[in-house]
Amino acid sequence: MAEIRNYTMNLGPQHPAAHGVLRLVLEMDGETVVRADPHVGLLHRGTEKLAESKPFNQSIGYMDRLDYVSMMCNEHAYVRAIEQLLGIEPPVRAQFIRTLFDEITRILNHLMWIGSNGLDLGAMTLFLYAFRERELLVDCYEAVSGARMHATYYRPGGVYRDLPEQMPKHKESRWTKDKDLKRANEWREGSMLDFIEAFAKDFPSKVDEYETLLTDNRIWKQRTVGIGVVSPERALQMGFSGPMLRGSGIAWDVRKKQPYAMYREVDFDIPIGKNGDSYDRYLVRVEEMRQSAHIIRQCVDWLRANPGHVMLKNFKVIPPSREEMKDDMEALIHHFKLFTEGYCVPAGETYAAVEHPKGEFGCYLVSDGANKPFRVHLRAPGFAHLSSMHEMAKGHMLADVVAIIGTQDIVFGEIDR
Amino acid sequence: MNQALPSQAELIADYFGERLSSITDSLGQVTIEVSVSDWQDVARELRDNEQFAYQQLIDLCGVDYLGYGSAEWETEAATQAGFSRGVDGLGPGRFSWSERPEAGAIEQRFAVVIHLLSVQHNRRLRMRCFAPDDGLPIVPSLVDVWNSANWYEREAFDLFGIIFEGHPDLRRLLTDYGFVGHPFRKDFPLIGNVTVRYDTDKGRVVYEPVEIEPRVLVPRVVREDSRYNTDDVDKAAEARAASPGNDGND
Repeated sequence: MAEIRNYTMNLGPQHPAAHGVLRLVLEMDGETVVRADPHVGLLHRGTEKLAESKPFNQSIGYMDRLDYVSMMCNEHAYVRAIEQLLGIEPPVRAQFIRTLFDEITRILNHLMWIGSNGLDLGAMTLFLYAFRERELLVDCYEAVSGARMHATYYRPGGVYRDLPEQMPKHKESRWTKDKDLKRANEWREGSMLDFIEAFAKDFPSKVDEYETLLTDNRIWKQRTVGIGVVSPERALQMGFSGPMLRGSGIAWDVRKKQPYAMYREVDFDIPIGKNGDSYDRYLVRVEEMRQSAHIIRQCVDWLRANPGHVMLKNFKVIPPSREEMKDDMEALIHHFKLFTEGYCVPAGETYAAVEHPKGEFGCYLVSDGANKPFRVHLRAPGFAHLSSMHEMAKGHMLADVVAIIGTQDIVFGEIDR
Repeated sequence: MNQALPSQAELIADYFGERLSSITDSLGQVTIEVSVSDWQDVARELRDNEQFAYQQLIDLCGVDYLGYGSAEWETEAATQAGFSRGVDGLGPGRFSWSERPEAGAIEQRFAVVIHLLSVQHNRRLRMRCFAPDDGLPIVPSLVDVWNSANWYEREAFDLFGIIFEGHPDLRRLLTDYGFVGHPFRKDFPLIGNVTVRYDTDKGRVVYEPVEIEPRVLVPRVVREDSRYNTDDVDKAAEARAASPGNDGND
């Protein structure tokens, strides 16, 4: 009889369930995974090295492109690191706007996750539902920054612009007119804050809809319960953070434990799981969406009541406004210096972490006093999660590998950097 | 950011004593530096000792300190030398090995920096060690202490060429299969050494020496900004306070 040997197979890099460009070399025993070896780096752009060759502000745009489904949270870590070294603190209103947009980003990310994870495991409908809501949130991105995804909205010293007075409306087209147009513009009559509030009030009911589709769904449970179980001890050992850590029952959230921006001022709960399997992580993320909507409502209330500056007035770091620049010689000089040379950041090193939708996103910044960073290291949550692929997938069936990739919420922009 | 109790630095300094080459506490973040020989032991004690309990290695990265503090454009001399935009300067990332700055501000080149997190005590810690040999930087691996170090060390090996002794599987991680060099070293050019394209005649992908010229729009400048020089400000304030007959608002 012929000797039976383990079979080695490639999953990806071109595979719809590989969430981008994951090449997974799987050693199979029948349909059971014996060894999983992820090959990453196909999206490596050398962001950290590129950042070393540019003035500080010019790299903010690169941060959006790291985890390209939760753009502003990436910016937040980088911008905070610069602010720490400069010793500046943005105005409170800017911090509330950042909190607001961090949570919008969290919902954006979790919607993308729930949609694509559902799609991976055969729940097609959910993807369409999730993108329905996602569209409204990218509209918010566009309204504040002009870009639907890569916003470059956070700047050291605040955020680039205040929230717009008017939420942009849909125009009439062949596909959207009359009743449809009216419905599409229903929330857009007032300011952007009105729009966000209407969304945040409505959103929990939408989460209910997703839950109707999945939470008690027999197939969904068969695909996720008991898949990729991680004990709390192992989760710590393997450097997990965010929903992956909380899914294993460890109540750790940077927003709560080491608050930044205005998380100290808002009320929210951090959901934790019990069994550490994919299903618990699903429940954690779903609850996080509800909590985010809750935070958004609080931020909207505050922002409505407290107008003010969204940028520091410190011309050594923050460029003066156009009007000032045209009017004042000194402002012109500052403008010129800032846009030709940038600002110098005092020598030192810092590590700034934010609770990114996927986990802890950190920026380790070393400055030697120049106008460009000496070293930037970005701690991506997905990197640690994916590195545990072998341990999580070992002994599972091939189809479960897809479920595990999904539950880890992998995005290659941040892993490969 | 850090919720470190004021005593965290003291606690660590007391416990490890001589084994720390240095300990600093700036911006509320504690940094300790240990030698390569103590690297693993200190790490293990930081994890296992209840009063530290750093159960999590959040981050590990390599740093190449070559050219630390050097600028491409000496702005003091620029007016005498005429116009220059610093485009010919050789700052970090733009010099090759033969042009590297000779007088370094630091003695050793490669460092490994880790960031630890204690979920139990809600504290963070940064720990650094310099690899003793610049030519062949070797640092003991921490995979046995924190399993999450595995990929981080592979990344640092890939990008900086730091060899982690005792690592179970030290392969390249991020760069291409068969990549030559360690791209995040400061003497590795930003534009790289080779370009890659598909050759229709040969019917395969070919590697060729890079053709483009590096172009720098903004030179690297180090400015002495007195605002950040807190020592000077303090000294000036002290001098004002000490000088008799000067109440500070003359």
